[in-house]
Amino acid sequence: MDGNGTPGPKTVRNFSLNFGPQHPSAHGVLRMVLELDGEIVERADPHVGLLHRGTEKLMESRTYLQNIPYFDRLDYVSPMNQEHAFCLAIEKLTGTVVPRRASLIRVLFCEIGRILNHLMNVGSQAMDVGAMTPNIWGFDERETLMIFCERACGARLHANYFRPGGVHQDLPQKLIDDIDAWALRFPPVLDDMASLLTENRIFRQRNVDIGILTEQDALDYAMTGVMLRSTGLAWDLRRAQPYECYDEFDFEIPVGTNGDCFDRYLMRMAEMRESIKIIHQAIVKLNECKGEDVLARGKLAPPKRAEMKTSMEALIHHFKLYTEGFHVPAGETYVAVEAPKGEFGVYLVADGSNRPYKVKIRAPGYAHLAAMDYMGRGHQLADIAALIGTMDVVFGEIDR
Amino acid sequence: MSEALNELKSLVEMKQSAAVRRASISNGELTVHIVPAAIPDFTEFLRNDPQCLFTQMIDITGADYPDRSRRFELIYHFLSMRHNQRIRVKADMADGEIAPSITAIHPSANWFEREVFDMYGIRFSGHPDLRRLLTDYGFTGHPLRKDFPTSGYVEMVYDEVEKRCIYRPVSLTQEYRQFDFMSPWEGAEYILPGDEKTEAK
Repeated sequence: MDGNGTPGPKTVRNFSLNFGPQHPSAHGVLRMVLELDGEIVERADPHVGLLHRGTEKLMESRTYLQNIPYFDRLDYVSPMNQEHAFCLAIEKLTGTVVPRRASLIRVLFCEIGRILNHLMNVGSQAMDVGAMTPNIWGFDERETLMIFCERACGARLHANYFRPGGVHQDLPQKLIDDIDAWALRFPPVLDDMASLLTENRIFRQRNVDIGILTEQDALDYAMTGVMLRSTGLAWDLRRAQPYECYDEFDFEIPVGTNGDCFDRYLMRMAEMRESIKIIHQAIVKLNECKGEDVLARGKLAPPKRAEMKTSMEALIHHFKLYTEGFHVPAGETYVAVEAPKGEFGVYLVADGSNRPYKVKIRAPGYAHLAAMDYMGRGHQLADIAALIGTMDVVFGEIDR
Repeated sequence: MSEALNELKSLVEMKQSAAVRRASISNGELTVHIVPAAIPDFTEFLRNDPQCLFTQMIDITGADYPDRSRRFELIYHFLSMRHNQRIRVKADMADGEIAPSITAIHPSANWFEREVFDMYGIRFSGHPDLRRLLTDYGFTGHPLRKDFPTSGYVEMVYDEVEKRCIYRPVSLTQEYRQFDFMSPWEGAEYILPGDEKTEAK
């Protein structure tokens, strides 16, 4: 209406909304500028980098061993999976063969990392859409798993446990038995979580048919992991390009049918059950090779403690390893592992010195979040929270 | 695996002979060096050719080699799920040279190219939205260049007088240490401390 009381043309304009950086469902420090038409998202512009610590730059001035802890701080929800990629890259350039027991321990803890991640994700996604309890139950189990990590390496989160040539120390037998007992006890907990969510009306309303992806979308936007598999493509690096000793394990790859958020929730639940299967198999195999060495003793790994007491060379080697560090022959490699979130890759350029010349960390969440604009368009504002949850973003790895 | 890689190598060299400078296989990985202008065509070929089908653009990054005449390397990683293969594509870029963007072919390249621009200062023509991505708003410089100091140039502190956060030149209480691990017996290129006196004689 204009001043005379006659109806004039309505002026409607979009408005912009700052989502984050301090928003509980932004899963960290994500600032997203949303352009809204009413409650429909017209454009989403994620501003990342608020947690940028310059990891790749820092790594260029540190030795290889000093660089491993940086990988824990990328995706801090499943730290050991990241270390794995870096260790594999170093091992590939140096041609190191990992002892069998170390390889099994790595598989064991990678799967524990996968469960850690999916528990966190399923729980927090449920919380984003209004359910509180699954998250707390999930954290209860995460606590148990973190204590396993602590018993293996002394740290709950920032493990620094995987080392080039193996793992830092062998696991005590009691710990292996406890993990085995836990793995038997865990599936009922998953059933409990599922009973709260899968048939829950609110959870379904908020997730079914939200954020639908087609196979072509997933390929175009370089999606990997659960995001890709939810479209029906059974692509899992553990199966397609087996690393470590994944080729001898029997597990299934859950795939989705609709490619929506609910599918991805179901797949994460299913993946946890598959991880439990792998953990059981790994423990059986671990019990077959008790007492074997867990480090490829050579230039990359420290000598045994007992040896250092008697051998001068061993003592020198120990000193040189922890001061100067080992040298990696010149070359470049790209190594990818199936991290819980997707393909986590490390592109490593070595120049023959004790420090990497260049490291590029390819984080799965980075590509997923980049597709936010594409996925979010046409959704309601409230669906954005569900989308962020389903993408499984963690800013440690996106911002690096 | 290596046989398939060799086949792929000869296929790429044959079909894209104008674009490919050289191709090599090391550590079981295929690296193809191409001319920068051919990046979009080559990417499209990799995506569409039935023997390649590199449908996923996994990663784009740069590398800085200050000693070279063409200082930067632009590095692409592609993945073919159909053939279960990976390929690395490299293009040498001079400082200030503009690379063609591949966002039209792989939408995922958007953020990766923004990051390369942010970190190395390589610009892309045809990119829809080439802003900085990871660094701070109003940041200057390109951090992953080798001549950029690790400690940076500015730091942000809270100013008690102005009651807000301000930027000021970085001040370190202790010098940022870059340890030198070169053994003096194995051809260090610098003069050892104390040795400069012998020169004076």
